[in-house]
Amino acid sequence: MNAQTEALATHVLDAKGLNCPLPILRTRKAIADMPSGDMLRVLATDPGSVNDLRSFCNQTGHALVSSREDAGVFEFLIRKS
Amino acid sequence: MATITNLKPEPTAEFATQTEREKFDRWFDERFEEKMRKREAEHVPALSIIATKGTLDWAYPPFILASTGAALGYEVNVFFTFYGLLLLKKKLDLEVTPVGNPAMPMKMPMGPEWFRGIDWPIPNALKANVPGFERMATSLMKKTFKQKGVASIEELRELSLEAGVKLYACQMTVDAFGFTRDDFIPEISGWIGAASFLPQAQKSDITLFV
Repeated sequence: MNAQTEALATHVLDAKGLNCPLPILRTRKAIADMPSGDMLRVLATDPGSVNDLRSFCNQTGHALVSSREDAGVFEFLIRKS
Repeated sequence: MATITNLKPEPTAEFATQTEREKFDRWFDERFEEKMRKREAEHVPALSIIATKGTLDWAYPPFILASTGAALGYEVNVFFTFYGLLLLKKKLDLEVTPVGNPAMPMKMPMGPEWFRGIDWPIPNALKANVPGFERMATSLMKKTFKQKGVASIEELRELSLEAGVKLYACQMTVDAFGFTRDDFIPEISGWIGAASFLPQAQKSDITLFV
């Protein structure tokens, strides 16, 4: 959660506390409402979301720009294709 | 295939030299690879699920897989038949029973962590004979799932529909179980039978029976 990623993302999705498959479903919904090229920052606590979001990006063609963990919170930065 | 063979002659005696033939083979291989890659990239995967169970626990797999598939961009169809049809009712009143299911953990969703961790060894005879045991097990499962951030079936169904999943109801089950179509959500894509669902499943990349 540093200032740099915060500045890059114009959309934020807080999926903390949600379990599979909700982080993915919410991410899909958030991305659907974004213009192409925009960045989405996703916050999640579900450890499964690390693999799931990578797979989601692989399948849908959106770019997983970064993925990191900080004190049990996973943060992902996704650019809409 | 037809277009490719039309473009160039078959590699037969028409080739003047061996080099010519090798050149053609190379051209064909490259072109074939390219076409296949393009075809694969443009292919929209399809998932067909048959949902046959109507208890709270078994309601999860079809809706989790369907909504996730749709989120990944798949075309998803779910065919609800027999007890699975109950998952399409307007008002869901799903229950779970631990009777005859020794794999189901019996844990309490309240109290300190060590207490929650206990898997209560309740004999089948007791599970089956205590009035209201199903209600209790159902309420415990719902409470636990809510605490763990697991979606409710209503929510997953809503998200599936919103993501474009097509839900089909088995007409025979409606008749056999004495339901009326009014009992079910209006978003149902069709009231169909096996003969209509199988051709969809046949074109799918993934077919699951739950």
